[in-house]
Formats: sequence, C-alpha cells, structure tokens
Amino acid sequence: MNSTQLLQPMEQTESANKIPVEPILKVKNLKVHFPVKAGIMQRTTGYVKAVDDISFHVKRGETLGIVGESGCGKSTMGRSLIRLNEPTEGSIIFNGNDITAMSEKELRPLIRRKIQMVFQDPYASLNPRKSLGNTLNEPLRAHNLHGNQRERDERIKELLNVVGLHSSSMNHYPHEFSGGQRQRIGIARALVLNPDLIIADEAVSALDVSIQAQIINLLEDLQEQFDLTYIFISHDLSVVRHIADRVGVMYLGKLVELADKAELYVEPLHPYTKALLSAVPSIRSKGAQTRERIVLKGDIPSSINQPSGCVFHTRCPVRMEHCKVAIPTLKEVKPGHFVACHLYD
Amino acid sequence: MTLPNQVEFTNRPTLLEDHQLQPHDSIWRVMLRKYMSNKLAVIGAILLFIIIGSALFAPWLAPQDPSKQVLLDKLSPPGDKYILGADNLGRDTLSRLLYGARVSLLVGFASVAGSIFIGTVIGAVAGYYGGKLDAVLMRFVDAVISFPSLFLLITLVTIFEPSLMTLIAVFAIFGWTGTARLVRGEFLSLRSAEFVLAARTLGIRNSRIIFSHILSNAMGPIIVSATLGIGGVILAEAALSYLGLGIQPPIPSWGNMLQSAQNPQVMLGAWWYPLFPGFMILITVLAFNFVGDGLRDAFDPKIND
Repeated sequence: MNSTQLLQPMEQTESANKIPVEPILKVKNLKVHFPVKAGIMQRTTGYVKAVDDISFHVKRGETLGIVGESGCGKSTMGRSLIRLNEPTEGSIIFNGNDITAMSEKELRPLIRRKIQMVFQDPYASLNPRKSLGNTLNEPLRAHNLHGNQRERDERIKELLNVVGLHSSSMNHYPHEFSGGQRQRIGIARALVLNPDLIIADEAVSALDVSIQAQIINLLEDLQEQFDLTYIFISHDLSVVRHIADRVGVMYLGKLVELADKAELYVEPLHPYTKALLSAVPSIRSKGAQTRERIVLKGDIPSSINQPSGCVFHTRCPVRMEHCKVAIPTLKEVKPGHFVACHLYD
Repeated sequence: MTLPNQVEFTNRPTLLEDHQLQPHDSIWRVMLRKYMSNKLAVIGAILLFIIIGSALFAPWLAPQDPSKQVLLDKLSPPGDKYILGADNLGRDTLSRLLYGARVSLLVGFASVAGSIFIGTVIGAVAGYYGGKLDAVLMRFVDAVISFPSLFLLITLVTIFEPSLMTLIAVFAIFGWTGTARLVRGEFLSLRSAEFVLAARTLGIRNSRIIFSHILSNAMGPIIVSATLGIGGVILAEAALSYLGLGIQPPIPSWGNMLQSAQNPQVMLGAWWYPLFPGFMILITVLAFNFVGDGLRDAFDPKIND
C-alpha cells in the first residue's frame, strides 16, 4: 500500500457508512485549529490542531459516546458542533442543513433551538445571579415560545417535574442547590426549547458516583420520553459503556476508532483503544479472563507539533515503519466498525 | 470485563430525590454580613451617611447664608457666633463647609458615574468581542493613560471656563481607563464561563448576554472601583481648586476654601480656617476608601465567612 492511497480522504468509506435512516448529524472532515501567536507582532507561529479531520454520523435516536484522554479535543469537537468554537474546515450538516458557515441569525431558529448542551461543571454552568425560574424562562422568551408568562411558568414547572425537581424551587438561586440538583437544572435548561440533539460534555464527571448514576438514568429516561439523540462526551469509559450505543475514540484531535459499544469494548482494534480499555480497573470474578494491561510509554505529544504520519506512532506498541510517514484514514474494517490504523490496511 | 460502577447503574434510584431546600441565606444577606463584620467599613458607611445627609440638607442645617460677608468678623475664631469660625471675608465656615460638601460630592459622584459608564462600555466591548477590536480599544486606553493627565486637566480647565460642568466632564473623560481595564478583564474571563456558553447555545442575544449575564456578575468590582474612584476625584477636585483652577469663588468648595486660606498670615493666625476644610476632605476620602475596601471583601467570593 502506498502513501498516496492512504492519504485519500473519506470517500471510500462514505458509501459503507450509509445507513438506512438519514442521520440527524453528519460531520465531514471537521477541523478546528487555533493559531498560536508569538512575539510583539503576534505572528502566527503554528496551530493547535484541537480537532483534526474528523468525520462521523449520528443516527437519530442513538447515543454516540466520545471518549479520550483530557486534551484530546473531544470538548472542542463538541463545542464546534454548535459553533461555540468556529470550525476551521469541514462541514457540519444537521437535519440536512449545512450549519458550518451560518450566521448567528440563521443559527438561532434552527441550531439554537434544536441542539443543546449539558455542561460539565454544575457550579459554573448556572448564572449565580439568576433564579432557577429566570434561567429557564429566558430562552423561552428569546425564542418567543409560549405566548404569555403564565404558559411559560407552566412549561417550566412541568419541566422541573420531568427532571425530578420540585416546581417550588423556581424562585431559588443556584447556590441553594446541591451538585446533582444543579446538574438536573442544567438538563432542564437543555430541554426547555424541545431539542432533538443534546451534546453532553462530561455531564457527570463532576458528580460523585451515586449521583452520576441518578443523572445517567435521568438522561436515559428523557431520551426515551422525548426521542432525544445524544452525543455523550466523557473520559470515563465505564459511564460511556453504560449509556452509549456507539462509541468513538479520540486521540490528539483525531477519531481513531468508531464502533458499536458491544463490539468496541469486547474487540477493540486500534492499539490505542486496547491500551485505554486495559487501563480500566476491573473486579475479577472467579474464572473470568482478565485483559492484559498495556502500559503506554511517554506522554501525549503536543498538539502544536503533532507527530508525522499516524499521530499515535510515538507511543504505539505495534508501530510499523510506515506509520511514521503515512497518515491512516478511518476505514470500515468490519460492518459498522471503523478504525484508523495501518494494521488493518 | 466487569466494571465497578455497574453495580450502581443497575440499582435504579427513584427519580425524585429528596430535595427539600435548606433555608439558605440569599447572596445579598451573606454579603451584608461580611460587610458588617468589617468595623472600618461600617464606620466609613456611617460617616458617608452623615456627610451625604448634611450635604443634602445644607439649606436647613446651615446657620447662615454661605456667601454673606461680615467683614468686621473676618477670621473670627470658633465660638458662639461662628461655630467653626469665620473666613477672611467674614463668612461662616460651617455654612460654607456644608455647601462645599454639595459641590465636592456632586463632582465626585457625577464624574465617577460618567467615567464608570464610558469605562464599562469600552471594557465590555473589548473583553466580550476580543480579537482586533480588543487590541485597538486597549491601545487607545494605553494612550489615554500615558497622557500626563494633571497637566492636561490644567490646560483644559484654563481653555474652557473652569465651571462645575467642565470639571465633571474633564474628570469623567480622564478617569475611565482603570474601569475599562477592570471590566475588560472581568468580561474576558466570564465570556468563556460555562453559563455564558450555555446562554449562547440557547440563542440568547449578545446584548442580553453582555448586560444581563456578564455585567451582573461583574458588578462587584465595578462598584468597588467606583467607590474608591469618588474619593480620588474629591481629592483631585480639591487639588485643582487649591490651585485656583477648580470651582471658582464665590461658590464654596472644600478645595477653594483651602486656597483662600493659603495666605501665611491667615495660616499662622487663624489655624481653624484651613483646618476644617482639610479635615473634611480627609474624612470623606477615608470614608469612601473604607467603604470601598469593605465592599471589595463583601463581593469577593473567595473570602467566605
């Protein structure tokens, strides 16, 4: 296999990626690069390639998990999907509309209503100066939904019940709630405009385990109740295993593997995924096989000076000579199982 | 692979957790308690209350018309007829102090209101939008800061008639740079706060995000800098008036009362004459600084009681 073939974009996988139902979100060759400026003249000396050439689809009604170490670009990726970070290249197509270059005015009736986000930090994600009622009322007013205040109040109360909070908590301020309650408020806020897609960016990482379980169950119940599609970004493999239908693994701004949950956790193909899964602590029951622990050497390389070829080659235990020069593309090696690795060329 | 967390997941808790809210104090009550625990700040607030009150009610409190001259009584010592003595033209010092407080406080409040407004708008725009706009606005701030402001003030006041309005305008135009930098810093850090990102995700308009979300969270430092700023302006006004470039006689201001006392014969013979206006300036500026410090601690979320 020569390198020109390897450098080819996603076309050949495109046909294989076809799924019967039109996906709710299509991401093609998405790149988010941040310029690195230095010196008095603020010259651009390089780029942080936070998200580098990522393509994937999200099916309606599914939960796509995105896992990766901190700093691998998963949050930036999530934020760029709703244009909180501007994409440098590529396209994002939501419900058939290309939203990559839309103005804020065009985004408002579409994306600002139909895609919402649940944030990581339940303390930082609520405005401390706004009561719960105000926080939930504001988006309804901004979009002119529910004619009058009484109807809006009804909607807010209903929503609070849905996420498991008392409707009487409307007049309370964020500091009066616990972390888990705050995250419920964050979820209520994400639901208030009746979205189709919710991006949960480390939505449970800041909570302790018992609360995590409650919030995850709540998210699952809501998904069923409101036909929601989730993109669930997390560094926690066990949480993602529980909630996701399909899982994508990111490393240094690239999607290295994407497969059904059952497939990915049982039979990971990419050496990085294997190493990642082997690091998850497990409780051995009698007779159960344990996975061999793969310890990666070295640190994640800087995303400013990315390694040539495969970004993982500096730490890969099964590195081959041409991994240093040729960039692997994400290819479907088994039905529904995509991997970007030269081992499977 | 067995995962430790799985045990938790299978055990589904009821959706409605027990969430009876604790009877918490409101943010304002917590801040008030923090403020009240600072004795100097409380003293400052009481002093300011008295000073502002007596300025407001000067016409009722003043024993005499502040510009009534009784030349025979010039430089009378404090006594029954003139509680705080009389000046070199035989005017009642107490009455002039009360009316002078109105001028000094008016200059302080009005020019700080102006400079806070300019500084907040410029700082908010620079901090929220960032990028080139921020760079241009901040270089402009640097340029304004690097003007030798006292000399410029003197020049401007001599070009334009030194009136109350000119003074207020001049102080407002040169006093906003600190506020602009402060507000820019606040906006720079708050614009990437998750609650601001959430507001953007929900399609809240920029103007509303700036004013309703970010500014309300940046109010603390702005109020503190305004409070400290008023003290500074009162001092500056006194300095200009002392140089004869501020409020012009016969309107009394604490600064020009000091000026008319700078004659050595007066200073040696009638110590009470410069003492009282000087004392008032000192007390007022101190009171504003105490209140400013108290507010800063009260607004600071890091210092929890």
